[in-house]
Amino acid sequence: MRTLLILGAGTAGTIAANKFRRRFAQDEWAITIVEQRGAHFYQPAFLFIPFGKYPPERAQRNTDRYIPKGVTRVEGEVDRVDPDARTATLLDGRTLPYDYLIIATGTSPHPEETPGMTDDWHGHVHSFYTYEDAVELRSALANFDGGRLVMHITEMPIKCPVAPLEFTLLADDHFRSRGIRDKVDITFVTPLSGAFTKPVAAETFGGALSDRGISLESDFLIESIDPEKQQLVSYDEREVPYDLLVTVPLNRGAAFVGRSGLGDELDFVTVDKSTLRHTKYDTIFAIGDAANVPTSKAGAVAHFEMDTFPEQFERMVNGEEPNDAFDGHATCFIESGGGKAMLIDFNYDTEPLPGTFPVSKLGPLPLLKESRLNHLGKLGFEWAYWAMLLPGRRMPLPAHMSMKGKKVPH
Amino acid sequence: MSTTSLIGREVHVDAEGFLTEFDEWDEALGAELAAQIGVAMTDDHWALIRFLRADYAETGQTATTRRVATVGGVPVKQQFELFPKKPGKKMAYVAGLPKPAGCV
Repeated sequence: MRTLLILGAGTAGTIAANKFRRRFAQDEWAITIVEQRGAHFYQPAFLFIPFGKYPPERAQRNTDRYIPKGVTRVEGEVDRVDPDARTATLLDGRTLPYDYLIIATGTSPHPEETPGMTDDWHGHVHSFYTYEDAVELRSALANFDGGRLVMHITEMPIKCPVAPLEFTLLADDHFRSRGIRDKVDITFVTPLSGAFTKPVAAETFGGALSDRGISLESDFLIESIDPEKQQLVSYDEREVPYDLLVTVPLNRGAAFVGRSGLGDELDFVTVDKSTLRHTKYDTIFAIGDAANVPTSKAGAVAHFEMDTFPEQFERMVNGEEPNDAFDGHATCFIESGGGKAMLIDFNYDTEPLPGTFPVSKLGPLPLLKESRLNHLGKLGFEWAYWAMLLPGRRMPLPAHMSMKGKKVPH
Repeated sequence: MSTTSLIGREVHVDAEGFLTEFDEWDEALGAELAAQIGVAMTDDHWALIRFLRADYAETGQTATTRRVATVGGVPVKQQFELFPKKPGKKMAYVAGLPKPAGCV
């Protein structure tokens, strides 16, 4: 009997629990999942809650509905992993032994890491990356009748890296429909050199911002926030004033990752990007946002990882060489307001390109172009998330990114 | 992938001029790359560049400004003084490394 311990019951951990329980016989593998939060959130909703377009209570469900029978569920917070003793200890002192460990404890916002950021939190400074923050921002936006709205990214990497851009485009739409767009200055402040890192998409997204009269402040690495003067201050001494600041705080992995010597300087687990196996410990793996792989931190990535990872995990723990590699595949809808959305599809090696997805010529979804179909796709995804993705059922999408349908610019 | 001639040597570079072959770099080349972007190298500059090279050899990724601060021990403010405006990119450029990732 071997023991598989999964830490975290978010998107990646829950899919893993379902897929591994089906793959491994119950009399050969015991599976335990440690759940830290008690509730499972449909996180794409956090983008819509601030605009009053989504009832907050609908975003939350009980985790245990999605953990399969035959998996032991433990509630508690992880204090430390001892990779040599192969145990995980919880804050309440319980110790869980394992033969193999999968870390799926995600990423969290840390506003306290930027001087001045928490001083006026939920006053003039807001965010939307937690349930509470999204709900608070809804009131702040409803009460905002004009002035300077700043959307700000602290530092990469962040969860759902297109969400700040979506928020900015939806804010433009929101103020237009309230008839006060001419009273609002919108600025997008980013540590990157453009609206996105990859050149083709950056151009499209940059165009979407300038078409709407939104200013772009790029290469802005924040040093502090001055809550009195209501301004962002960068290391190179630029100042950006705000009346309402919506920020994406520094993202970090779980603190126990760092305490256990398993992570990088942001507590993301250091793994091989193809196999998701820890760079030092053969018995430890990381999936989803918790891993330091150079692709987006997004549910879509967790989903595509879990198309290939379970079989490769089984090969590795049985002493065989992996025969398939995770390619960093990510697919993201980007809400652009007015009932339309864009779509991007990319991986470690190929940047987001125009074309169609998922099938060449047939489409039906246009890439890197605003369309109503993409918006409907994003809305329809909510059903698929709960009904198909979390339970680990087969989705009609390819695990690896394909160049079919993509147009390479010359 | 193209090549360019620097201090009388052919080296491989990407579209933005970042060296793509780790082993084609040495400090003479680093000094030339620094001169191109208007940076006069001092001991402090070199200490930082040597950290970046060693860290890349170990991790396979270019250190971000945060990593240079927390692991390399050079505060971000000082990185901005040494390599003004865009320290992350400029340090990588002089060190002959790819632009720092973590940007997707």
